[in-house]
Amino acid sequence: MSNFWTSSIGKKVVMSLSGLFLITFLCVHLALNLLLIFDNSGELFNQGAHFMATNPLIKVVEPVLAIGFIIHIIWASVLTLQNQKARPVKYNKRNQSQNATWASRNMFIIGGLVLIFLAIHLYNFWWNIKFPSLSFVEMGSVQVNGVEMENTYAMVAGLFKESIVYCVIYIIGAIFLGLHLTHGFWSAFQSIGFSNDLWRKRLEWVAYLFAFIFAVGFSIIPLYFIAGLGN
Amino acid sequence: MADKILKELTLKIWRQKDAKSKGEFKTYKVHNISTGTSFLEMLDILNEQLVEQNEEPVAFDHDCREGICGTCSLFIDGRAHGPDDDVTTCQLHMRRFQDGATITIEPWRCGAFPVIKDLIVDRKAYDKIMQAGGYVSVSTGGVPDANAIPIANDKAEEAMDAAACIGCGACAATCKNSSAMLFVAAKVSQLALLPQGKIEAARRAKAMVAKMDELGFGNCTNTGACEMECPKSISIAHIARLNREFLKAKLKD
Repeated sequence: MSNFWTSSIGKKVVMSLSGLFLITFLCVHLALNLLLIFDNSGELFNQGAHFMATNPLIKVVEPVLAIGFIIHIIWASVLTLQNQKARPVKYNKRNQSQNATWASRNMFIIGGLVLIFLAIHLYNFWWNIKFPSLSFVEMGSVQVNGVEMENTYAMVAGLFKESIVYCVIYIIGAIFLGLHLTHGFWSAFQSIGFSNDLWRKRLEWVAYLFAFIFAVGFSIIPLYFIAGLGN
Repeated sequence: MADKILKELTLKIWRQKDAKSKGEFKTYKVHNISTGTSFLEMLDILNEQLVEQNEEPVAFDHDCREGICGTCSLFIDGRAHGPDDDVTTCQLHMRRFQDGATITIEPWRCGAFPVIKDLIVDRKAYDKIMQAGGYVSVSTGGVPDANAIPIANDKAEEAMDAAACIGCGACAATCKNSSAMLFVAAKVSQLALLPQGKIEAARRAKAMVAKMDELGFGNCTNTGACEMECPKSISIAHIARLNREFLKAKLKD
């Protein structure tokens, strides 16, 4: 495997595998979050969040997930810088909309916007759950089936009910994430060689489906609370 | 039916004295161009005009003018080989343009393809990639019998599709990352698909990718722009095969 990781294809494989890993995380994340709208007593979501916070396996996966994000971002930055350097003199006139989708041409920028959203998102929720003593919001506790746990539902519901600005930020974040996946999902398979003329059509179709599910799935949650359907 | 005449065209052309000079755009006008004229013939008309005015004619690459040699290039109005799909610049005709139009003509812009003069770039980088492994080693001697090695029809067809690459450089020129992956993929693919090429497949994939990286081409991000601009419509499915071949070869090491 000499020089594999420094080769252009090797670096793309790192992007692909870290990206696919992050997509599996998104699946779990969305599934858990949708508990918010299926039970407005909040018990289901609180139990889900409590399970995630206390499960030893999740404790191991959490730093791995963080590393996955960091690798994906660092490699993307390195690749983008190299790609910029590969064309020292730019074209005066370019008509790129004729040959590639907007999302595929702007993955780094869309990814950057998702990263900004991620920072806001971590500040809103993750920080408060991880460091309750340093948190900006007082998080109450609640009894579910005799177990004392953090009232995570109230924290999420509180944020979205209080601030329409945050609702809009979360919806925009979900849309950018979806756009990133329209190209990212199928591209990840292409980079590891799992594609041909037939599979490319299938993968692109699944990519759009995934993008739609994530964009709509994550947007529904703030919309649900704006509509006053939450508790 | 007689061809229509384009009364006036404005051409914005990149002029550069030599590799070391700083270039600039110059604007020229050509008149009464028949829509049946090919794009390169239109440039020939401009050059005759320039010669008569004692000006240096515009240098551009061309050879067969039949769309099969891969010599012509040009980035026309923001697209490699101009606005038509699946053709080289020499097969582009003036019927594609409106009377009174302004046409921007630039050389390929890619760090690995430096401009030599005006619209001519040095595409030796592709030759160097070929020298690194784009061949099969054969024993000398008599010509082998035809069909001595059976090859499935679908494999032969796919190899032929990849072999259609004429090495014009449009893929790297149009790629937002200046990546040469479609070229390298076509060359690796055409040989990897055939029994004669399988023997050296692992070495070939590694050597050609290493050379491509060394020459300063960018990294492929699968936008698919290359296959859209490729005059031979080579599919990026070949890039997936190159990725597979490269991974297989590296895993064996």
